[in-house]
Amino acid sequence: MDLAFTKEEQAFREEVRSFFRDNVPPDTRRKLVEGRHLTKDEMVTWWRILNKKCWGVSHWPKQYGGTGWTSVQHYIFNEELQSYPAPQPLAFGVSMVGPVIYTFGNEAQKKQYLPRIANVDDWWCQGFSEPGSGSDLASLKTKAERKGDKWIINGQKTWTTLAQHADMIFCLCRTDNNAKKQMGISFIVFPMKSKGVTVRPIQTIDGGHEVNEVFFDDVEVPIENLIGEENKGWDYAKFLLGNERTGIARVGVSKERLRRIRDLAGKVEAGGKPIIQDAAFREKLAACEIELKALELTQLRVVADEGKHGKGKPNPASSVLKIKGSEIQQTTTELLMEVIGPFAAPYDVHGDDGSNEAMDWTAQIAPSYFNNRKVSIYGGSNEIQRNIIAKAVLGL
Amino acid sequence: MDFDLTEEQRLLKDSIDGLLTDSYDFESRKKYMTEKGGWSKAVWGKLAEQGLLGLPFSEADGGFGGGGVETMIVMEALGKALVLEPYLATVVIGGGFLRHAGTDAQKAAHVPGIVDGSKTLAFAQLEKNSRYDLFDVATTAKKKGDGWVIDGEKFVVLNGENADTLVVTARTKGGRRDTTGIGVFLVPADAKGITKKSYPTQDGLHAADITFTGVEVGADAAIGNPEDSLALIERVVDEARVALCAEAVGLMDESLKTTVEYIKTRKQFGVAIGSFQSLQHRASDMFVAAEQARSMSMFATMAGDFENARERSNAIAAAKAQIGKSLKFVGQQSIQLHGGIGMTMEAKIGHYFKRLTMIENTFGDTDYHQRRVADSGGLI
Repeated sequence: MDLAFTKEEQAFREEVRSFFRDNVPPDTRRKLVEGRHLTKDEMVTWWRILNKKCWGVSHWPKQYGGTGWTSVQHYIFNEELQSYPAPQPLAFGVSMVGPVIYTFGNEAQKKQYLPRIANVDDWWCQGFSEPGSGSDLASLKTKAERKGDKWIINGQKTWTTLAQHADMIFCLCRTDNNAKKQMGISFIVFPMKSKGVTVRPIQTIDGGHEVNEVFFDDVEVPIENLIGEENKGWDYAKFLLGNERTGIARVGVSKERLRRIRDLAGKVEAGGKPIIQDAAFREKLAACEIELKALELTQLRVVADEGKHGKGKPNPASSVLKIKGSEIQQTTTELLMEVIGPFAAPYDVHGDDGSNEAMDWTAQIAPSYFNNRKVSIYGGSNEIQRNIIAKAVLGL
Repeated sequence: MDFDLTEEQRLLKDSIDGLLTDSYDFESRKKYMTEKGGWSKAVWGKLAEQGLLGLPFSEADGGFGGGGVETMIVMEALGKALVLEPYLATVVIGGGFLRHAGTDAQKAAHVPGIVDGSKTLAFAQLEKNSRYDLFDVATTAKKKGDGWVIDGEKFVVLNGENADTLVVTARTKGGRRDTTGIGVFLVPADAKGITKKSYPTQDGLHAADITFTGVEVGADAAIGNPEDSLALIERVVDEARVALCAEAVGLMDESLKTTVEYIKTRKQFGVAIGSFQSLQHRASDMFVAAEQARSMSMFATMAGDFENARERSNAIAAAKAQIGKSLKFVGQQSIQLHGGIGMTMEAKIGHYFKRLTMIENTFGDTDYHQRRVADSGGLI
């Protein structure tokens, strides 16, 4: 057992860190620190900088533009990215549909889509959840019927993150009504500007517009837009969701937020002195830091294991990452609320489109707290995660 | 970055697990408890035969040169089997003082007896009002000629009844809560002026309250600087905390395993109660707590080698706090999921719960260590 990073790994960390320092647009960083949303332009600009450095799709196989890094290097890269902070690559393209295409797609699809994903020429969104299919995803009803050389798609998706920016969608569609529910699903991709696609915004409790409803009304999609085999879509969806085991803990994000809390708590006064001098607050902060340290170590155990033994058999500890990672993220936003106290209240009626820079930045703390309630719901709710541990790890 | 055991460490783990599987089932443990001092001389002899009692000592001192990871392996195994024998008091703590600060003569006098299993030690540190502060020492050691005279009272000294040698913290200078002026002394347990009141502890171990009245020892009794040994005491107690973290991980593993087995077999309403989601989620949360504890136990083990003393003690404090939280949840919920049977002395699970509970209150509880982390400026 050895906790130390090698000299090469330490040098790599320095390289990554100094690249971020020199290349992340300062305004983009500031907005992230303040918990603001970025514009599409700000995100795409940064991702293209990353892609130019050949770090945009770092975990892809080398022949498709990946880096060939070790699992520890990926860990370091992500940690530095999250804690700098800089925007993470667009998961829907880079971590989700990209790997499905290079693993199950044909040559033409790889050639057509992969470079455009890497350079964010196409912004991708994910068409999985439906109004009646949340945790029970396999019950989805959106239908793709084959008609000549086309799929005719009808139905509705929901919680479609940033669909308002999207050029492309990857969609789970029912292609066989008679099979067992998991067996009749196909993985189909198509442009968002296709005739019959309608995007309707959903405003979330923080006032933001991250998610949408997407309606399909006789959308015609060329037959070759099916990825992999017909009716095998559920397997690809499981592959996609299982792909990112360690990033989900978002340790770097929580670290960055804890540093911010400590910084703010040294400035904001309570009882005539900085709140950091309040023993009860300080202990709460320490409790959160300890939990995060434990999670970081748990994540490192999984990373080291993957590095040594490959990704084949997941370390049981990996199922801890989503539950604890989301709980800790939520705790950090709670602590921020506690620090600013009554100044959590003012609401920025302009929303967070960046148009109202004059508004005190503390206006984003309550929305960020409200918004972070989502992290224990998405990606398989924490209750689903507990079901998974009970079945897969404990054999119950 | 590597969390795997080496081949040699795996062999060590297999050998101690094997030994305890053979000689430490729950029924045997009940018998060992009734022996003098509350543990088995025969088992202690077997631990010595396998070289486990000499594990952390250098080869020059007659040991095997094991490090923190080796101690972690042993303590986890001892936890898993709910072992009563005084490994912590003798090898980890007593041995720790000798390893870190013992003179050649002191090591020659004490290490061979530890390694061959013929001698055990006990750490007489806790006082009536000291609670978890290691510097809070009212017991005095006054100079007399070349030697020292020790006066004071020590409490809940684990293995105090059986130990051949007591490792005693005593003040040579200053007031009760001064951080300087504290010494550590090796005192023969049968020295004149020592009286002991022995008793079993809640978790089935044995301890003693020990009074020192004009106990005279030679100049060679002091380990380290008799006027300034707080750093030494902190170092050794930190190692004891790390060892307790590992023991707790072993206890939690076994508690979770036993509980999961129980809810798979216990039937109510015609089905195994483990088929109920409320119990499945509780068991999953126990798993999460135990894994977080394991991560911190590994962290603390590796932190034992950190050069920077502040970073080292901060990491260990964080680990003890996390383990305290985890063990409380796993311990309590193990009883809850067992239902009524978990409340009985007859079932094994309650004994795991009791040992876990006592670990939290040894060398600083969760609040104590959380405060240490908070006051040190944090971890991140």
